Amino acid sequence: MNRKQKRMLWRILAAAALLLVLHFVPVQGALRFLLYMIPYAVVGYDILIKAVKGVKNRQPFDENFLMAVATVGAIALGDYAEGVAVMLFYQIGELFQSYAVGRSRQNISALMDIRPDYANIEGGDGELTQVDPDEVGVGSVIVVRPGEKVPIDGVIVEGHATLNTSALTGESLPREVQEGDEVISGCVNMSGLLRIRTTREFGESTVSKILELVENASSRKSAPENFITRFARVYTPAVCYGAVALAVLPPVVRLAMGMEAQLGEWVLRALTFLVISCPCALVVSIPLSFFAGIGGASRDGVLVKGSNFLEALSRTKTVVFDKTGTMTRGVFAVSGVYPEGMSEAQLIELAALAESYSSHPISQSLKKAYGQAIDAARVCDVEEISGHGVTAKVDGRLVAAGNERLMARMGVEAKPCEGVGTVVHVAVDGAYAGCILIADQVKPGAKDAIAALHRVGVTRTVMLTGDRDAVAQQVVAELGIDEVHSGLLPADKVTRVEEILAGKSRGEMVAFVGDGINDAPVLSRADVGIAMGALGSDAAIEAADVVLMDDDPRKIAAAIAIAKKCLRIVYQNIVFAIGVKAVCLVLGALGIAGMWAAIFADVGVMVIAVLNAIRAMRTPRV
Amino acid sequence: MKKTYKIEVDCANCAAKMEEAAKRTGGVKSATVNFMTLKMAVEFEDGADPKAVMPQVLAACKRVEDDCEIFF
Repeated sequence: MNRKQKRMLWRILAAAALLLVLHFVPVQGALRFLLYMIPYAVVGYDILIKAVKGVKNRQPFDENFLMAVATVGAIALGDYAEGVAVMLFYQIGELFQSYAVGRSRQNISALMDIRPDYANIEGGDGELTQVDPDEVGVGSVIVVRPGEKVPIDGVIVEGHATLNTSALTGESLPREVQEGDEVISGCVNMSGLLRIRTTREFGESTVSKILELVENASSRKSAPENFITRFARVYTPAVCYGAVALAVLPPVVRLAMGMEAQLGEWVLRALTFLVISCPCALVVSIPLSFFAGIGGASRDGVLVKGSNFLEALSRTKTVVFDKTGTMTRGVFAVSGVYPEGMSEAQLIELAALAESYSSHPISQSLKKAYGQAIDAARVCDVEEISGHGVTAKVDGRLVAAGNERLMARMGVEAKPCEGVGTVVHVAVDGAYAGCILIADQVKPGAKDAIAALHRVGVTRTVMLTGDRDAVAQQVVAELGIDEVHSGLLPADKVTRVEEILAGKSRGEMVAFVGDGINDAPVLSRADVGIAMGALGSDAAIEAADVVLMDDDPRKIAAAIAIAKKCLRIVYQNIVFAIGVKAVCLVLGALGIAGMWAAIFADVGVMVIAVLNAIRAMRTPRV
Repeated sequence: MKKTYKIEVDCANCAAKMEEAAKRTGGVKSATVNFMTLKMAVEFEDGADPKAVMPQVLAACKRVEDDCEIFF
């Protein structure tokens, strides 16, 4: 709680205690009135002041005014305890709301606590000075020590380290970086001193972009939010006039009919009506639900650029994918072995052994294809020739594994290898031994991702790819995607998405998922553009409406599930709050619901709506 | 030109009213108030000087919600 809230809490406690004591004090008349005025003033003086100021500024119909009129009215009618209690409960509700909103604000900012506070600049004498990252120009060299955040995007000029990117991507596997590698801001350096030449200003760096994106997310409003704004604008004056009518018309009519006016009774009903009518439950809980939903999503590595996109996501029925980088990994596995004068297994074994010391993705896939433990004793004299491949002595024989350039360097003629993918040529003792084809692989979660999409209500999945039809059909069959269009140029993808958009029924949304490379036009054309693994790619962050920080396709269904849950909560709150209020308004006008029911209809409904809204922060499992 | 300012306001309804008031101020093309992050994003009309416009935005906001603050 902040200071303001603590002070409010004390005022509430003091007023509540006083009210309780007064309940048992047997005083009458003016003294009773004065005594009750003490807790009333303690708990409600600021509301009264605001109400007066509102009237002075000709903005009378706000909740302060409603509360002031209702409580002053109750007191004027002699219901001192009720007047004070209404004010007390109203303030409890306000305090609770401010506390809950403050807490979720903190929680959600904590989720995104990636803002670096300073950058280290090295002086001439090797002394480090901490400066504001905003003041560091492009091309300066900054120093990042172990445990510190990389404050600005740049290229490593000296040092190597392990970086923790989990705050950015939700990915817990650390990343190894060394001289010459690009690093993005927001990562935490876990080991080793790095000197980084900045390639961007702080304001243009990844971390600033992401923070800006998250912070501005709820500025783009969804239909329910706009509805509530419009609703409140009409609603509050309407209930005020309604209350006046309720106070004046029935007594007038009764008088005209020759009955007793009962002015007091009708004024009391009008006041009850006013208390019930406060729109705060709606006005607070709906933006809060969206905020919590967006915050919860960002904790899971899903950045949603606005409430409107969360709403669109929740109504997504068709999901269109790009293939490469979205459904396939862009990481490689052996897809073909073409030996010359030896068996397939022998060729793989030789290549895997030769490459056994390398950490390159290619050698990883070779080792995986070999499938057995590498006997390091069989390998010696390993030499990695960057840009070419590896040479090594395996069982005493000189094995070279690498690209055509390596073969040329070794004086071996490589045979052309058919097929799509990266080719590893192998030569043994200067003689060509064959080649291994390594190709892109379907992402491990891709099949689950499609199944999960169907579970969250997506009815149609479509894959677009520039790849050959045979490859595309294979991927589609493996993953269970409904439709595929292959052999497309980037421009064709836009046309296809436009066709799908034209064919959808109203209220349904079409999402496009891509890796942000070359598909920015499609991303912006779809109802919801989802960019994957888009960290560091400005064009993708710019063009997309939803950014998945890592490249797990299962996050698409997760994002839709989060959106659905959030929107469900929003509609629950709208129906619940308006419903309860409508019923209470009628009961209040008929004189059945008294001031206590009114307090429930106002504060109680708000508390329940806020608690319900906070639920949006916990992300559902799919 | 678009600028973002930190604001202080207590209730969501008041934030919505501030947004309305800011939008109606001369020199402001559009404005959004984000109650959750306590930020006001103001897009100024071409040629408008934020330094001259912002005091008016604040005055307009004070008129609808006395208990608010904009830091500029």
